[in-house]
Amino acid sequence: MPDKKKDLIDQTLQDLNNDGVDRRGFLKCMAWAGTGLVWTMSGGIPVSRAFAKGYGKDAGKGADFTFVQISDSHIGFNKPANPDVTATLQTAIDKINAMPQKPDFIIHTGDLSQLSKPSEFDTLDQVLKGSSAKQIYFVPGEHDMLTDNGEQYLQRYGKGTKGTGWSSFDHKGVHFVGLVNVANLKAGGMGSLGNEQLEWLENDLKGRSASTPIVLFAHIPLWTIYPDWGWGTDDSEQALSYVKRFGSVTVLNGHIHQIMQKVEGKVSFHTAMSTAFPQPAPGSAPSAGPMKVPADQLQKVLGITDVNYLVSGRSLAVVDSPLVT
Amino acid sequence: MKKKQVWIAGVAVPVLIGIMLLAGTSSVPANAEPTAASAAVKIDNFVFGPQTITVPVGTTVTWTNADDIPHTSVSTEGVFKSKVLDTDEKFSYTFTKAGTYPYYCTIHPKMTGKVVVQ
Repeated sequence: MPDKKKDLIDQTLQDLNNDGVDRRGFLKCMAWAGTGLVWTMSGGIPVSRAFAKGYGKDAGKGADFTFVQISDSHIGFNKPANPDVTATLQTAIDKINAMPQKPDFIIHTGDLSQLSKPSEFDTLDQVLKGSSAKQIYFVPGEHDMLTDNGEQYLQRYGKGTKGTGWSSFDHKGVHFVGLVNVANLKAGGMGSLGNEQLEWLENDLKGRSASTPIVLFAHIPLWTIYPDWGWGTDDSEQALSYVKRFGSVTVLNGHIHQIMQKVEGKVSFHTAMSTAFPQPAPGSAPSAGPMKVPADQLQKVLGITDVNYLVSGRSLAVVDSPLVT
Repeated sequence: MKKKQVWIAGVAVPVLIGIMLLAGTSSVPANAEPTAASAAVKIDNFVFGPQTITVPVGTTVTWTNADDIPHTSVSTEGVFKSKVLDTDEKFSYTFTKAGTYPYYCTIHPKMTGKVVVQ
């Protein structure tokens, strides 16, 4: 990797590392090897691990099945810190193909493209074609619906879905629901599911046994990570109220280009890294919205240092992380 | 920083002339040109700057995206709507009526701004 690029990444990771937790090497590897999370379903309990760093040969052993989440490919993005996002997506796919236990499918949690251009979607298709996974499920990111209200996205990736691209499916006893929270966003708000989708979700889950493991996936986090940057979904609480009665609920998101995890009761929330470029930790850089305090004060003011990362093996966890209280 | 703003203003003038020509205002004498005002809003770090801009009636406001991420500038009341602005792309709108025009980025709706036309 060119020195200039490397320096940039090192700087970014240094910034990310301000809480003193030693995860620099991990993130570095995740950011540049092409990233994804491997999910292993074992007795209905999903276990994640980052596969970029030394995916062990015993990984996936004893698992009911495995699937992979990738996110935020941003095909078409060509600026620092990654002028070649196609190559890093390719690396991610290569890693997936090299997995000892073939994943049953891949979930892409949105921002396939940078500007919703047909050529960008074409490039993505070309790379994903090389994947050994039999099936890829998609939900759109806001970058995939920049023009034509997402019609092109729907034509390409939303066949058989409802509304702006939501759908559900069952796989080996696990119920998966892909939600869209990037359409019809309101001024001043965050991600939004909307009433029509919420109603559909309620009906979709109705009548299912509480012992059915549920996996919800959507682009923008369905938990409020950082409202000032719009890192949350305004009506996610309503959606989460429908899954409360289930014994195992896993929520998979992208959008924030970094791993965060939180466990709340029987619901575990996870965000995946991007395959394209890293983004700063919440509040660690000057940013969006009506934020008026200096960047170096943000972490104190908003309790960013209260984010507790637990390094466990090769994965990261954030347990109960009230960033803004 | 200063240099860049000056440059933006320099670009806005030909845009204005273009708009006047397009509007078919051939009867407007050349000396009317200085009365046409322009103002600039810079999109930087996911913020519209200035967040509230106050301009006289007839002003053309030009938004320029200085971020590496695309943004839009869309009136919440449907008055104007930019296309998606990639890095360094611009959008201009001429405000012909007094009033307050709130707008936002439809991609990052936390980004909001206001044009006050007096």
